[in-house]
Amino acid sequence: MAREIFVAKSDDLPDGERKIVPNGNSEIGVYRVKGSLYAYQNLCAHQGGPACEGLLMAKVEEVIAEDKTYQGMRFNHDEMHIVCPWHGWEYDLETGVMVADRTFRLRKYDVVEKEDGIYVLA
Amino acid sequence: MDIPTSDIHKMSVEEFDTKKLLVNAARQRDRRKLEDVLIVDVDCHHYENESLRDIIQYIEDPVIKQTGLVYSGSGTGAQSPLIPGVVGYQDISGRVMRYPLRKLEQTPADGTHRDIHLSLKWMDAMGVDYVSMFPTPMLLLGLHPQPEIEVAMSRAYNRWLVEQILPQNERITSMLYLPFNDPEASYKMVRDFGDRPGVVGFSVVSTRYKPVYDNAYMKTYRLMEEMGKPLAFHASYNWNDPLLGATNRFLITHAMGFTIYNAMHCANWVINGLPERFPKLKVIWIESGLAWVPWLMQRLDNDYKMRSSEAPSLRKLPSEYMQDMYYSSQPMEVPNDLDVLEMTFKMIKAETQLCWCSDYPHWDMDLPSVIYDLPFLDETAKRNILGENARKLFDLDVSGRFPDYRPPGGSA
Repeated sequence: MAREIFVAKSDDLPDGERKIVPNGNSEIGVYRVKGSLYAYQNLCAHQGGPACEGLLMAKVEEVIAEDKTYQGMRFNHDEMHIVCPWHGWEYDLETGVMVADRTFRLRKYDVVEKEDGIYVLA
Repeated sequence: MDIPTSDIHKMSVEEFDTKKLLVNAARQRDRRKLEDVLIVDVDCHHYENESLRDIIQYIEDPVIKQTGLVYSGSGTGAQSPLIPGVVGYQDISGRVMRYPLRKLEQTPADGTHRDIHLSLKWMDAMGVDYVSMFPTPMLLLGLHPQPEIEVAMSRAYNRWLVEQILPQNERITSMLYLPFNDPEASYKMVRDFGDRPGVVGFSVVSTRYKPVYDNAYMKTYRLMEEMGKPLAFHASYNWNDPLLGATNRFLITHAMGFTIYNAMHCANWVINGLPERFPKLKVIWIESGLAWVPWLMQRLDNDYKMRSSEAPSLRKLPSEYMQDMYYSSQPMEVPNDLDVLEMTFKMIKAETQLCWCSDYPHWDMDLPSVIYDLPFLDETAKRNILGENARKLFDLDVSGRFPDYRPPGGSA
């Protein structure tokens, strides 16, 4: 049975914020974004960087017109990325899959929100 | 400090500590028992521009010094008369956070230079014993249109380094910058600094347009060969280069720029027979990764077999000369199919010719684990690449860290 690790009281993890909690000899990063909770091991699949300590950035997209001409770039806020601060590897917040090479991913944990707060199941 | 992101929420960071950033590196060090392994980093960096005022004091030319004092004081605007700038954003627009945050890091005011404190922090986290430290903005100095500025700045930097920085800690060494756009000044640099403590060799930043085969350099190569000091070619990039100017993403200009200059100089070096003229001069190619080496080996061998009359000094294939050279590993391309990397290691004779480096604190840094975790290397090869090859290359005294050091695998 999974062990419950207390993350924070609900009010202490507002939308758009992140908490990092210890888990043995590692940590787990817990995010609340647009009402949903996500939790990942704070360990990049690249060289082991603290992925959850980096920026949370929207996916960057190219704007290509119907005539195939390049029109610039924009942020797509429907897909947020966890960015490892060591080298910039980016992971889809919803799945933990590395966006540039989908054979890599962050280790995902289940999160539950109870009356007395938020817990990760590790 | 607020780091702007894509969201309305900026990321607020109140403090920055290299030791905390590299906690996972320290865990890797401990799990692999890397403190028992000699690790020599042949290419790391500091930000010498943060010490510009001190460096300017060592400029010998009074007119250039006055210019430098104005610039390093209140400044004269956005332009620098001393260090040329090129467009670029290595930090991936703030995603590699140690770039914008480094100014927040506190170091003790105990007389030891801040760069020493910062270097030892990341070295200890990774398990690195010794480093060869390079500058950062000065890597573009070879693009300065005034050769006398490159000479003045590099000489001042080298004097500052050997007089103020290197004596503070024996774990930090340097391959001193050569003002390669002025061959005579380069010769003088080797002559004047070659025997200074902590000077383990000399380096040419390869992002420049002077050919290595110019007769004007021969006496400098000979002097380095006589002194037993290796010559490094350290890569960089120049987005203003007419060729790279046709690229529109930093990803491309970085991936190509950090390889093509070294590839060009390496081809000139080999085809002009410089390894035959200076057989004992050790040459190392730094910060181009490794994938370019098999490419260039195959291209040169193929052409040489048809056009050997254009390279009459050669007594073996170009690739065989290249196998006698040294290579730094970072940024090591790690393909998903490791067979490709294993073949590259075989082609460059990695067990004796490859030297690990971190390039820390730069954005595409490597940890020792990139070598230590490779499944196709045995323990001796790992230890050679992580430290022993560099120890031999630099003739480095490692007794301070390993009083009873024995080369791995019983090699001499």
